[in-house]
Amino acid sequence: MTQAVQPAPAPAPPEPGHAQAGRRSVGKRFFGRPEVGSLMGAVAVFVMFFVIAEPFRHAASLSTVLYASSTIGIVTVGVALLMIGGEFDLSAGVAVTTSALTAAMFAFEFTTNVWVGIVVALALSLGIGMFNGYVLIRTRLPSFLVMLSTFLMLQGLNLAVTKLVSGGVATDSIADMDGFDSARAVFASALTIGAVSVKVTVFWWLAFVAIATWVLLRTKVGNWIFAVGGQADSARAVGVPVKRTKIGLFMTVGFTAWFAGMHKLFAFNTVQSGEGVGQELIFIAAAVIGGCLLTGGYGSAVGAAIGAFIFGMTGQGIVYAGWNPDWFMFFIGATLLAATLLNLWVRNRAARR
Amino acid sequence: MKKRNRVSSLAALAAAALLAIAGCSGSGGKEAQEGSGGIGAGTADTPRLRVAMITHAAPGDTFWDLVRKGAEAAAAKDNVELLYSADPEAGQQANLVQNAIDQKVDGIALTLAKPDAMTGVVRKAEAAGIPVVGFNSGLDDWKGMGLLQYFGQDEAIAGKQFAERLNELGAKRAICVNMEQGHVALEARCGGLRDNFDGKSETLYVNGQDMPAVQSTIQAKLQQDPDIEYVVTLGAPFALAAVQSVADAGSSAKVATFDTNKDLVKAIKDGDVQFAVDQQPYLQGYLAVDSIWLYRHNGNFSGGGEQPVLTGPAFITKDNIDSIAEFAENGTR
Repeated sequence: MTQAVQPAPAPAPPEPGHAQAGRRSVGKRFFGRPEVGSLMGAVAVFVMFFVIAEPFRHAASLSTVLYASSTIGIVTVGVALLMIGGEFDLSAGVAVTTSALTAAMFAFEFTTNVWVGIVVALALSLGIGMFNGYVLIRTRLPSFLVMLSTFLMLQGLNLAVTKLVSGGVATDSIADMDGFDSARAVFASALTIGAVSVKVTVFWWLAFVAIATWVLLRTKVGNWIFAVGGQADSARAVGVPVKRTKIGLFMTVGFTAWFAGMHKLFAFNTVQSGEGVGQELIFIAAAVIGGCLLTGGYGSAVGAAIGAFIFGMTGQGIVYAGWNPDWFMFFIGATLLAATLLNLWVRNRAARR
Repeated sequence: MKKRNRVSSLAALAAAALLAIAGCSGSGGKEAQEGSGGIGAGTADTPRLRVAMITHAAPGDTFWDLVRKGAEAAAAKDNVELLYSADPEAGQQANLVQNAIDQKVDGIALTLAKPDAMTGVVRKAEAAGIPVVGFNSGLDDWKGMGLLQYFGQDEAIAGKQFAERLNELGAKRAICVNMEQGHVALEARCGGLRDNFDGKSETLYVNGQDMPAVQSTIQAKLQQDPDIEYVVTLGAPFALAAVQSVADAGSSAKVATFDTNKDLVKAIKDGDVQFAVDQQPYLQGYLAVDSIWLYRHNGNFSGGGEQPVLTGPAFITKDNIDSIAEFAENGTR
């Protein structure tokens, strides 16, 4: 809440709605979009690895990169929407694990069709999102504090409940249970396009990005999201349902975390209860690289997707390039910094035009 | 009021959705698992002891869960109250040892992943007359620090034997997948493998917190270097991810791993994973607790303070997998 009422430091251009479209030149409109800077960064990273790493040029490699990007990108869609709405969520990484654990354990312990577990996990994930939003709005505590608490609580719950229920720290394999094959087809299958096998998460990712973009730019709810992130008090004054919008955004994060969790579960049959710690920062970083402001009110779903793509490209590109693995983390950090700087430079130039 | 309605309608919706598809699974699940019990035995009639086990385990690691189960089994048999705690960060682990000393426990079993950080608290425990037993990590340091005895595997020997097995199989090119950069024991394994392998072995670092990332990074490496014949992982869950990477990359590489868990045993049985080097975590946990009981009640200790007790490496392959599969199913191997 506190972030939301502070003015944005960058001269955030107004949301280019349809009303203004006629008055601005095409070039200006293009460079004014939040995702343009990150697009330049993505192109730069792509060209760099394309030149350096021979294996990076194959279609199969692009498929691997897209898969790695999609598993980050799906949750980043939710996280980016939330950031535009002026809040952020530190629990998204472990919430993915929570969701996967819930589905696996529910189905296993009660020996139900796995789809029952999937629905229970969805209900729980949405519930966690609602809880986050509700606590935040009722207490008016800074979102950092609330989210840190949820993050730690979920981390503990993942371990403790798994141990309590299954007697181990990983869930039992559900691969031989009813409904597994159909669930796997939905969440973790691969489609062959030409000679290349592409994971289904890539298409889901693109679909979620498209839906989020449509909501942001073409619907009333989209305007609400920008409004509550930019100036919550003014938004409330003109009748935007600030509370409902924010709770809805947290539930959206819950939904994307659920989806990523289901992918994890059906791709690997079991889930380790300790996983997911640290992932929340990757989601947030991808959204920021994609042009979302940490202060809210500005950003786009396409940008967040490009941010996730930069992450995926960098992580896999370093391996394709065969660079010394001791430097792996350094290279990831350096590439991201360079991409972000390029992003900033483009945005500043756009503001000056 | 409106909000309340929304909440209850949401709950009702979820319940309805559940009822609609509340089909039961005809295969697998808890019903199929039931009937398998753990290891059980009588209890010693010796006075109750309190033993603290303090490890550097990361939360939620299947390997450490086996260590703990072994320790719990020994504690139940020996009429011991087991105080288990763990922290991967060395300073925090030392605090936990201090905590156990403050509680005046009857014995301490600890891992020496970062021996220097433990020196101070081990000395304090000795001053307080508490016997300290080392296990799992710290093969080179337990003697110098004056620990009573040590149970574990020599990671360098394990890496060497792993390399020799690969040499026998005629492999020329391998990658060693490390899920935690800078971890001493894991680096030692990859190092032992590299030094004794006749072919070329490279280390690949992956993000152990994120399985899809592990899978895609290994997949990228296999695409980058199609000559790789063996993917060597340092933990069982990562071997299972590597199996998928190999399949998705269309590579002909084989997978072998350090350490085991329940699902890995199945993978070896099915031929997806070639072999695993087992250091028997259950045995490490069991012996560490049981040895304190023996020392307290009969003055026994192993190795005369000079020689460690080695719990591994033991090779698990398709040929001997049946002898441990049933125990793995119970979650104790």
